[in-house]
Amino acid sequence: MIDRRALIGSAMFGAGVLAFAPAISFAAAPTDRRFVFIIQRGAADGLAMVAPIGDPAFAGARGALAEVDSGARLDATFSLHPALAETARLYAAGEALFGHALASSYRDRSHFDGQNILETGGRDAYVEKTGWMNRLAAMLPGGEGNALAIARAVPMALRGPVEVASYAPSALPGASEDLLMRVGALYEGDARLHALWQSAMQTRLLASDLSREKGRAGQMTGALAARLMAPADGARLVMIETGGWDTHSGQKGRLAQQLGGLDAMIAALKAGLGQAWTNTMILVATEFGRTVAVNGTGGTDHGTGAAAMLLGGAVRGGRVLADWPGLRAGALYEGRDLRPTLQLESFVAGALASHYGLDSARMTGSLYPTIAGLKPTDGLARA
Amino acid sequence: MESAIALNRFGLGARPDDAQPAQPRAWLKDQLRRFEPRPATLADIPTRAEIASVYADHIEELRVRNTLKLQSRSMDASGMAPKPGEQKPPPQYALQAARRQHVAEIGARMGTALVSQAPFAERLVHFWANHFAISADRLTAIGLSGMLEFEAIRPNLLGSFGDMLLAVERHPAMLIYLDQAQSIGAMSTLGSRAAARGGRKLGLNENLAREILELHTLGVRTGYRQQDVTELARALTGWTVAGLTRGPGPREADLIGEPGAFVFADRLHEPGPRTILGRQYPQEGEAQARAVLQDLAVHPATALHVATKLARHFVADDPPASLVDRLAAAFTASRGDLPTLYAALIDAPESWAPDAGKFKTPWDWGVSALRATGATTADGRMVVAMMQQLGQPVWQPGSPAGWEDVAASWMGPDALLRCVEAAQRLVQRVGDADPRSLAARILPGTLSPSTAQVIAQADSPAQGLALLLVSPEFLRR
Repeated sequence: MIDRRALIGSAMFGAGVLAFAPAISFAAAPTDRRFVFIIQRGAADGLAMVAPIGDPAFAGARGALAEVDSGARLDATFSLHPALAETARLYAAGEALFGHALASSYRDRSHFDGQNILETGGRDAYVEKTGWMNRLAAMLPGGEGNALAIARAVPMALRGPVEVASYAPSALPGASEDLLMRVGALYEGDARLHALWQSAMQTRLLASDLSREKGRAGQMTGALAARLMAPADGARLVMIETGGWDTHSGQKGRLAQQLGGLDAMIAALKAGLGQAWTNTMILVATEFGRTVAVNGTGGTDHGTGAAAMLLGGAVRGGRVLADWPGLRAGALYEGRDLRPTLQLESFVAGALASHYGLDSARMTGSLYPTIAGLKPTDGLARA
Repeated sequence: MESAIALNRFGLGARPDDAQPAQPRAWLKDQLRRFEPRPATLADIPTRAEIASVYADHIEELRVRNTLKLQSRSMDASGMAPKPGEQKPPPQYALQAARRQHVAEIGARMGTALVSQAPFAERLVHFWANHFAISADRLTAIGLSGMLEFEAIRPNLLGSFGDMLLAVERHPAMLIYLDQAQSIGAMSTLGSRAAARGGRKLGLNENLAREILELHTLGVRTGYRQQDVTELARALTGWTVAGLTRGPGPREADLIGEPGAFVFADRLHEPGPRTILGRQYPQEGEAQARAVLQDLAVHPATALHVATKLARHFVADDPPASLVDRLAAAFTASRGDLPTLYAALIDAPESWAPDAGKFKTPWDWGVSALRATGATTADGRMVVAMMQQLGQPVWQPGSPAGWEDVAASWMGPDALLRCVEAAQRLVQRVGDADPRSLAARILPGTLSPSTAQVIAQADSPAQGLALLLVSPEFLRR
C-alpha cells in the first residue's frame, strides 16, 4: 500500500517539483526488454551470498559465518545463502547467474569512492560526471531508454543528459523525503552546509535498512518497481537502491535479514512483471566485497572481490561464473581479501550487450570509455 | 543590514510582529535598561524552598535506607530475615519531583526568551549560565540547575563581574554541584576532632576551588599552581548549604538555616591566613574567601578570559584579537563593570562585520525558530525533547566547563539532519502564514534570492517555513 507518491524529475533543483502524477507515462516501447540495476550500497558480502563451501580454506577462514550449508547447492564449489530461497528457485529454472570474485577497477576501500566508480563507470572516483545507466539509456532506441530511479533523488548511475524520473515510495522512512531534497537545494551555494548535508544524506542512505519490517520494505519496493515497468509504455531501465550491507558486526543475523529483503524484492519483481519477466534482466551489484576473515565483532570489514547476480527470464542462468582464485592465505589479495579475477565492468558490459543485441565493443566503449582492456563477457543473456 | 545584525547576532532572532530596530546600537543599549531580572514569565517557577524540600526528602530517604540496610545486615548475621515493612523503597519519588521542577524551569526559560523585550540581555543571561555551568546529571543538580541562573545570574546581570561571581559561588546549586558543601578544613574544629578520634578522615575537597580558578575567573594555564588551588580550597571551607548536604561533617556542624540557604559553618573552616597567587589573606571566617574572590574578579587574566569568551560567543569562533583586547581593556578599566563591558561589545566595529561568522548554538536556534513562528509560550516537555534532539540539553553540558562555544562542537552532518527534523516537527504546529513574506520579515536584509526562491517553491506554507528555519541565513548569525 503506497500512501503518498512523489514523482520528481531529474531537473528538480532548477525547475521545482513536477506536479503529482498518478502514473508514469512514456512513449510505447518498440521492444519488451527491461533492465533493472539493484545497487547494494555498503559492500555486500559475496562470500556469504554465494558461499564457496567447496573451497577447503573456506570453513577455516570464515569460522561461525561459514555455517550456511542449509542453502541451495549451486555446483561443486558454491552454495547460495539460505535466505535467498526465491533466488535459488530462479537458479534451478536457469534464470539466475552469479558472477564471483569480481571487482570494479577500484582497489581502495572507501564506500563513497567505490560507489561513485560503480555508478559512473569511471576509472577513478569523481572524474566521470555522468552514470553508465544514463549512457546506456542514450544508446537504446525509443522507449527502451525510458529510465526511472526508485529513489528519493536520481542516483549517480542514472545521472546525465537523458531525462530520468525518480519515484520515492513513502513506505521508506519518513514523510519528509521531499523536504530533505529541498534542503539539499537550499545548501547548493553554501560550501560548508553543502558538505555537511551531503555527508548526512550519504550516511542516511547507508543506514537505510532493507531488512526493515521483515523484508516487507523490499517486497513493496519490488512490487512498486514492477508496477511501473509492466505496462507497455512503462519504464524500461530502472534502478533500485538498497542500503544496510555494511555488516561490520553481527553479520550473521543482519545479513540474513538483508538477503531476505532482497529475495522478497526479486520475487515481487518477478510476480509483478508477469509475462514481461521473460525479457527482463536484473543486475545486483555492490561497490566491493568484504574481508575473508571474520573480525572481532562477528562481522567482516571492507574488502575487494565481491559477487554479483544476473536474474530474469532473459538471463542464461543456472551457473556460477568464476575463475576461482581460492581462499588459501597465499591466494588472498593483499593477504586479506578475495582476489578479483573477473572485472565487474566486463561482466556488466557483456551482459547488456547480449541482452540488447548490441555490439559488445560499442557497449563497453559507451559504458566504460576510460577503462582500457575490458573483455566483455559473452553469452550471459539468451539471444 | 545592521538591524539584521542587532536582531540576530546580538539578539534571539526576529519575531513576525517585531519592528526593525531603526538605531541598532541604541536599541541594544536600551535593552540593558529594560531587562527584568524577574519577569512575569518566571513567576511560576518552583521556589527554592520547594526544590530544597525535595532534596531534603531525598537525603532523609537515603539516610533511612542506609540505616535499614545496616540493621538488616546485622539481622542477617544473627540469622533473622528483615521484616517486610523494612524493604527499601526505590528513590523514585524525589527523582520524579526534581525532573518536574527541571522541566518547569526550562519551559519558563524558553517562555522568557520568546517574549522578552530585551533579547540581547537574555542572550547574556544564557551566556553567563554557560560560563558558570552546572550540569543536571545528578539528582542533586536537576532542580537546582535553573535556580543558579534565576537567583545568581539574572539579578547580577547588570552589576559587576565580582558581584555575579560571589553570588554564583555562594549559591547552593554551585556549592553542591562542585562538592564544596562537604569540604572540611583538616585543622577546623570538626576536622581536628575527627582526626583525634582516629575515625573516618574528614577533609578538603578542591573541586570548586579548582574550577573557580580554571573556569570561572583566570582560565586554564594562566599561571596559578596546585598550591593556589589548595589554599583557595582551604579559604572556602565553611561555605556550605543548610539542610541539603550529606556526610558526617555538615551534619555535625549543626547548620542553622532554611534548607537550601547558604551558611557559613565556622566549625568546618580551616583557621589561619592563606596565600593565593602570592597575596596574603589574613581574614578570618567567611570574609577570607570573599576577599580572594574579589581579587580574582578583577585579575587581568580574568579580564582576558571573560573577554575572549564573550567575543567568541557573539562574534566568531576564533574572535579577532583586536576585539578581545578592546573588551579586556573595558573590563579592566571598569574593574569588571558588566554594562561597560556590554557597551564595549556593542560599540566595537568588529561586532558589526557583515559576514555572519557564527552558527547559532542549538539553544539559540531553538529560541529563534520558535520566535520566528510567533510562539509566545512553550511547553517545557517540548523544549526538553527538542534540545535533547538537537544535542545540547538545557543546563546539562555534562561538565562544569559548559558547552564549548565553537560550531565544530555541535554542527555536524547528523546534527544538521536533526535540526531539519526538528524544524519539520516545529512547523506542524504552526498556522498557514505566508512563508515568503515571513522570510523577509525574519531575515531583513540578509535573505538571499536563492533561499527566497526555494521557500517560494515549497509545496505548502508549513514546508516553506521549515525551509526558512534551516536556511543558511537562519542557521548563522
